[in-house]
Amino acid sequence: METLVATPEVRTEHAPITAPKMSMRNLDFYYGKFHALKNVNLDVAERRVTAFIGPSGCGKSTLLRTLNRMYSLYPGQRATGQILFNGENLLDATVDLNMLRAKVGMVFQKPTPFPMSIYENIAFGIRLYENLSEREMDERVETALAKAAILDEVKDKLKQSGMALSGGQQQRLCIARAIAVQPDVLLLDEPTSALDPISTAKIEGLLSDLKRDYTIAMVTHNMQQAARVSDFTAYMYLGDLIEFGETDQIFLRPMRKETEDYITGRFG
Amino acid sequence: MTQDHTNKQFDVEMEGIRSGVLSMGGMVEKQLTRAIKALSQEEDADLLDAVGADEAAINQLQINIDQQCAQIIARRQPAAVDLRMVLTVSKIVNDLERIGDEVKKIAYKAAQTRGSDQLTRVRYYDVGRAAANALAMLQHALDAFARLDVERAASIIDEDEAIDAAFSAILRQLISYMMEDPRTITPALEIVFIAKSIERIGDHAKNIAEAVVQVVKGKDVRHSSAKQIRAEVAQP
Repeated sequence: METLVATPEVRTEHAPITAPKMSMRNLDFYYGKFHALKNVNLDVAERRVTAFIGPSGCGKSTLLRTLNRMYSLYPGQRATGQILFNGENLLDATVDLNMLRAKVGMVFQKPTPFPMSIYENIAFGIRLYENLSEREMDERVETALAKAAILDEVKDKLKQSGMALSGGQQQRLCIARAIAVQPDVLLLDEPTSALDPISTAKIEGLLSDLKRDYTIAMVTHNMQQAARVSDFTAYMYLGDLIEFGETDQIFLRPMRKETEDYITGRFG
Repeated sequence: MTQDHTNKQFDVEMEGIRSGVLSMGGMVEKQLTRAIKALSQEEDADLLDAVGADEAAINQLQINIDQQCAQIIARRQPAAVDLRMVLTVSKIVNDLERIGDEVKKIAYKAAQTRGSDQLTRVRYYDVGRAAANALAMLQHALDAFARLDVERAASIIDEDEAIDAAFSAILRQLISYMMEDPRTITPALEIVFIAKSIERIGDHAKNIAEAVVQVVKGKDVRHSSAKQIRAEVAQP
């Protein structure tokens, strides 16, 4: 398919993003001397799901970790360039990381419930940021559980430990915990890779509900999952953003041969 | 396709449907060649039987290849060029099967119209020539598919216009005969049906050519003009 080989620059003409929620500009990232992200320019559209795909080590998780400055926890890791979010560059040293992480929630590959009750798992994060009355807190916890599509399964056992839930339920509990603090953006790092197919389908279904309220950026190893749930897909390789566009275009008619080889299983 | 899939079994399955189309196409070509003989030769019952048997085998191949396409979709979740190839193969086998139906009609109608001397000339020369053109067009379409050659595919779309023109010419000629001598109306109508079947074969071959453009270019060119298709093919 030589005819599909495109010029080296990243093509984004098929991604008419009307309202970018986060804009990466000339973003570079280093693990010490290792250059893990190379001049990435990309807009994450508001209230849409943007998926990052690519082989292991391509920088997709690294990119996600820059979006809430998760990397700041580790010395030697640094990002340069800009990530514009609500009018400011979130890479600036002056950014309040606690407030940033309330606005940009993250859910990890393995469910990480706190060793406390289901109710407390949700309430714990809220208390860090807000002082709510008991009634308000009950409402907030219930809303978060409902939005994460887990309320029906746990409403009679809110006092039980979150650790006692199944893997899929734990992951939805973590999503509820992330949205309880009313973020703008949800980052999902392979949210279903440790889950069974039914739980995966529930989370995928949940994403299409959640994007009505939140901007979602997710990393997935599962290309079909990216095709199923995302509106925009970014293909990354060795720290470069190779192609970014509407998911339908990427999976039906990618512009770059590298992208086509990867999504059709011809990679490497 | 420049590179193999990481999963070699996927390559085997894709090659299976691709070669399935080519062998089905070969069978349809053979059947059409027999029907052309039926147009020009004396009565031959064996020839008719062979055309009928071809049709049954073609129908079976359609079912088999479609099933393979469904299995690839279910098992491999093909994307991009692979997805287009699977969808296209399913469309092409449909067109080939329809050509098989038309060819059978031609062979049987040819047997029915035998013995009408006045119309022999039309049948022998114009209809026979149109059928040979349709066969060539089908061969070119299958060749374009085998090589994924979009320029070849675009040229077939012009050939279809020639077959359409030949159909109109045959129709005009037959109308003249029917006006001169009403006794020719019945056999003439049979020949109209034959000519119409040939014209339909041209349309199906054109569909195959358009499908080739879609596989390679990722653009659906059905219902586009010949000019638009040539423009699409010319794009890098």
